Amino acid sequence: MWELIQSNKRKSLILFFGMGALLILIGFVFGSYYNSETGGAVGVLFAILLWMILSAVSYFGGSKILLSVSGAKEVTKEIHPQLYNVVEEMKIAAGVPYFPKIYIIDDPAPNAFATGVKPENSAIAVTSGLLSTLNRYELQGVVAHEMSHIINRDILLMTFAGMMLGAIALMSEVFFRGMYFGGGSRYRSRSSSKSSSGQAQVLIMILAIVLAILGPILAQLFYFAISRKREYLADASAARLTRYPEGLASALEKIANSTHTLRTANKITAPMYIVNPLKKEGMKLADLTSTHPPISERIKILRALQQGISYKDYQKIYEMISGKKEKIIPDSALKEAIPITPLQSAFTKEKDFNPVEAKRQTGDILMKMNDYQFINCSCGVRIKVPPDYNKSIVVCPRCGRKHSINNLSS
Amino acid sequence: MIYFIIFIVLIVFVILFFVSIYNALIRLRNQVKNAWSQIDVQLKRRHDLIPNLIETVKGYMTHERQIMENITKYRSQAMNAQTVGEKAQAESLLSGALGQLRVQVENYPDLKANQNFLALQEELTATENKISFARQNYNDQVMMYNNKIQMFPSNIVAGMFNFKEEEFFELKDQTEKEVPKVSFS
Repeated sequence: MWELIQSNKRKSLILFFGMGALLILIGFVFGSYYNSETGGAVGVLFAILLWMILSAVSYFGGSKILLSVSGAKEVTKEIHPQLYNVVEEMKIAAGVPYFPKIYIIDDPAPNAFATGVKPENSAIAVTSGLLSTLNRYELQGVVAHEMSHIINRDILLMTFAGMMLGAIALMSEVFFRGMYFGGGSRYRSRSSSKSSSGQAQVLIMILAIVLAILGPILAQLFYFAISRKREYLADASAARLTRYPEGLASALEKIANSTHTLRTANKITAPMYIVNPLKKEGMKLADLTSTHPPISERIKILRALQQGISYKDYQKIYEMISGKKEKIIPDSALKEAIPITPLQSAFTKEKDFNPVEAKRQTGDILMKMNDYQFINCSCGVRIKVPPDYNKSIVVCPRCGRKHSINNLSS
Repeated sequence: MIYFIIFIVLIVFVILFFVSIYNALIRLRNQVKNAWSQIDVQLKRRHDLIPNLIETVKGYMTHERQIMENITKYRSQAMNAQTVGEKAQAESLLSGALGQLRVQVENYPDLKANQNFLALQEELTATENKISFARQNYNDQVMMYNNKIQMFPSNIVAGMFNFKEEEFFELKDQTEKEVPKVSFS
């Protein structure tokens, strides 16, 4: 596991540094545009500073911001024992000492994400739609995928990369506005007396405009490339953790077939989710601009993992199905020769899943999270009392029995 | 003089090399120990859940006395087991008995609707899963540790400091081999 984290970092670091170089280049060119002598250095300094500030903000408050933007609420074991248990199972399977916090987002679109730059204060958030559409095995697959993001230290990397993208986009924006108001023209007219440096100025100007247009797009491609790699790796790790790739495969299928769209997702947060919340299906043409690999391909790979589910098997089947030779799993992980066979034993079975019942239970859980009180009447009716109900007695709608409400804390 | 220095440097390198192997072995052994304690925690948890389960189920399943007696018996056997092998055997018997109970529950619709039982069933499922995942992790760790002990050059260090191979923890679940029952109700 440890080696995997190391070489995993190295692979992504190449892409990451590519993105950093782009940031520095943009800083340099934009700076030179305004002042040909010292502007370049100032621009580079400014670019790095901007990135560092953005990164610091997201490092120290990122997960909290993301969770509150998505409207996530923390759950305890009492509220949703199954979800809690599934997370704990994955923690045990991975043999890690930290326990991520668990959040539920009240949204009918099934999706999930993991956050937290340090594994010790990480969190896994799932939507209520996910809980009401997936059975236990599928939920386990999704949680394993998110857990893998935490274990492989993907979130840290994605946060820094995301902030780099943000810095580049911001600088292009500022540059365009500056040009619009004619900020750079003063310096240009002064230095254009010398013909050679004038030519250089024109060159810098063209380069600056090109970079301002292409920079954000290029940065986004880097960002997406990093993101896609992590998705495959997280799928492979999830299969290895659960030893049951079918769970994740059928979960992905259900998520892809859902007609709901997530309300709280946007461009920057999209790569965090298990399935891209902004697009229905990863298309072949859009491969470069997609944050996630095509979901159908991910399902196909998982379903083809028949003989074993080590990283080696995943890589082999990936090459077979996608027809690409690209390495998606780090070399050190490929050496690991654990002949893994899918694990099959649990107290509940697939047929125990009842979609109607699951929807009702998820509704109850959301009510519990919002401080509703539940009273079981002896006639069989379950009375749900909202927190702003201010009388001390509630009457059962079916049999007319009166129940007293215990704690009127609100 | 120069040969002496080269000699000293070589010696230092060899020592450092051995120290690093020794440390790696210690780390792996501790990981195995830690993984084992994880299994132990979950096995204990299962033992704690069983009286509760029997209590809930007793009122409904009046015809399954034998299964419940078996569960109680295997539980106490498992709790008294000492070695990894003994434990594995008692726990797999217990798993088998719990599996039989699970099959029988299908015949008691009242029990399946009982809130208490449903909550308990989730706990049991989770605990069984946790046991399998802890076992999976333990066996992976044991394999890495055993590989290190057997492979050159770490086997030299392992032999010098008496690192012993660890036993795998295998649970043979009887219900896994059974043909699944089909009912047309």
